[in-house]
Amino acid sequence: MIPSSALTRELKFRDPEGARALASSLARNVAAIGRPVSLMHVCGSHEQAIARYGLRATFPRDLNVIMGPGCPVCITDTPEVDEAVVLARRGMRIVTYGDMLRVPGSSLSLADAQAAGARIEVVYGALQAVELARASPNEPLVFFATGFETTAVATAAVILDDPPPNFFVLSAHKYIPPVMEIVAEMPETRVEGFLAAGHAATITGYALFERFVERHRIPVVVAGFEPLDILAGLVQLVEFVREGRAEVRNCYPRCVTRDGNVRAQAKLWRVFRPIGGKWRGIAHVPNGNLRLRDQWAHLDARRRFPIDLASLWDNAPPELAQRCRCGDIMAGITSPSACTLFGTDCTPEAPVGACMVSTEGTCRIWHQYGGVPELRR
Amino acid sequence: MRTLDERIAMKHGAGGRAMRTLIEQVFVEAFAAPIDGVGLADMDDGAAFRVGDRWLVITTDSHVVMPRFFPGGDIGRLAISGTVNDLSMMGAAEPLGLTCAVVIEEGFSREELLTIERSMRDAAREAGAPVVTGDTKVMGRGELDGIIINTTGVAFCDRIVRDSGLREGDRIVVTGTIGDHGIAVMSKRNDLALEGDLVSDVAPINALVRAALAAGGDAVTAMKDPTRGGLASALHEMAQKSKVGVVIDEPRLPLRTEVRAAAELLGIDPMHIANEGKAVMGVRPDAADRVLAALRAHPLGRDAAVIGVCVAERTGSIVLDTGVGRRLLAELDGEPMPRIC
Repeated sequence: MIPSSALTRELKFRDPEGARALASSLARNVAAIGRPVSLMHVCGSHEQAIARYGLRATFPRDLNVIMGPGCPVCITDTPEVDEAVVLARRGMRIVTYGDMLRVPGSSLSLADAQAAGARIEVVYGALQAVELARASPNEPLVFFATGFETTAVATAAVILDDPPPNFFVLSAHKYIPPVMEIVAEMPETRVEGFLAAGHAATITGYALFERFVERHRIPVVVAGFEPLDILAGLVQLVEFVREGRAEVRNCYPRCVTRDGNVRAQAKLWRVFRPIGGKWRGIAHVPNGNLRLRDQWAHLDARRRFPIDLASLWDNAPPELAQRCRCGDIMAGITSPSACTLFGTDCTPEAPVGACMVSTEGTCRIWHQYGGVPELRR
Repeated sequence: MRTLDERIAMKHGAGGRAMRTLIEQVFVEAFAAPIDGVGLADMDDGAAFRVGDRWLVITTDSHVVMPRFFPGGDIGRLAISGTVNDLSMMGAAEPLGLTCAVVIEEGFSREELLTIERSMRDAAREAGAPVVTGDTKVMGRGELDGIIINTTGVAFCDRIVRDSGLREGDRIVVTGTIGDHGIAVMSKRNDLALEGDLVSDVAPINALVRAALAAGGDAVTAMKDPTRGGLASALHEMAQKSKVGVVIDEPRLPLRTEVRAAAELLGIDPMHIANEGKAVMGVRPDAADRVLAALRAHPLGRDAAVIGVCVAERTGSIVLDTGVGRRLLAELDGEPMPRIC
């Protein structure tokens, strides 16, 4: 629940005068650099706020703010969706987040499996999944767990809290820091600075980015999700770019500390270990996937149930999917408006690609907020 | 473009683009014969026939709200208000009378029916709109969900106001806070324990509209009630039909704190949420103050505000100035869905 008082506090970070001052500071700094600058954020909530408040209309022309692979639903890879679909088609009870239902697998989505009679239920969190398992103790239940470290902590917490024996986890959790390394090295993106997600940093802390900055000589600024938080973060980033400084700066000090939530981190790493794996549309990301440690093998769906992915290969992939450009969009190489499917063949009602499915996907967000037309004054 | 939908989905009744497309494809084609006045092809809030030097306005509406009782009203009050308000949006704010047809599910409680009838009577009295004829049908258990109430209203007026009359320079006025009805119904439907009172605004607003028309006269150029699809759909329809662009100043939207908080929690834009006791009007700039004062003098118009202006650029689009930036306001495609993750 959002109490009214908390809302009033947040409104301070939507103050028009403050926004104008930051926007002109942004313009001055980019003008001083004297060439186009590309910055990247890696968070659906940042894109939501940028689109919701129409911030791109206040950015200088030479500033390009790209959404990177920041939508956990979108980067869940096809074989991971397939694993859940196979289990569902074998009659297992699957619970997962609502956005996952329509994410395309190699030939079927969970929603397709559901329409054909599979048992798939939507939950709002890991705790609810455990409660459902507890309510029907004689029936195995698989929680298809997706999301970045923020939601992985919640999954870890229920695993550590003695779940019932019929509760199993199919983890497709992802870990953001390693993918920043991948994107930083992509020649097509030419990213000169990263805006890091404030909520993830409340858990990981911002010290985590210090090694990254040293290695890649690219500044990282941690920012919150109100319009002024984002503008202030961007101003700090372009100042770093202008001065040629590669540093970490915390622009969200009301929530984020240097070390983060140490207890949550301890829970996360007690349950999960990072392994390499493919992110949909991006690449193989070393240490980018979170899998259950051996200690928890007894509730790891992958180790408890045979999953025959080949059983799905007889179904042909949908034709439209071949024209989908979600991969390039998530890597920041292109934008939704450059995709021929966007808004016509691919809409939230009938999505083709994962980016149009999730409320955190770039395409879905652009569609919801009217795209990015030229609205600068 | 995509092919036609084979089956009717909930989005086809949600008041947005999908519904308008369906009506155009199915009904407007069939009944496109022009009349002397406002007909189906105009897709306005009602129809209008020229009768001598006056206009006879007629409109109809079926009501199926779930839950039937919600904070601030019920399906009975809604059934009267909806039709009275649609007449008013055509400039016909003095209804002659209403019809009422009900279809009831077998097993429906008599007590509940009486409660609904009482609130219909109260709303009809507020509106000065007598129910003059009706029809009653009962269908078997499970063949419908409780009750459907249809009302039709007729009224005379001297000048009709269209939803297509916006002109460049017109001020956009809303008669009060937005989103109250939809949020009240949604929070009741989903049993959300939200802080503060969320109360529907459902009310007949014909007296309020009369006050605005008396103060503004011809300077009131267009009207529409922002029901399903919310203010966003109403503005899109008005802008498209009027061939103007509209710039909305978001910080000036009258919004109750509780509604703002609930909408933010649900991840829904208040501009996409239904209202049942509000109007959006186009008013010539020199009359805006006068109309605003008349609205604010009425108990149902105390929170009325000028929220935007019509421009020549970007015809058919709504530009939203958020105070910290600018974007296009998208029209709702399907139903407003509470955020799921």
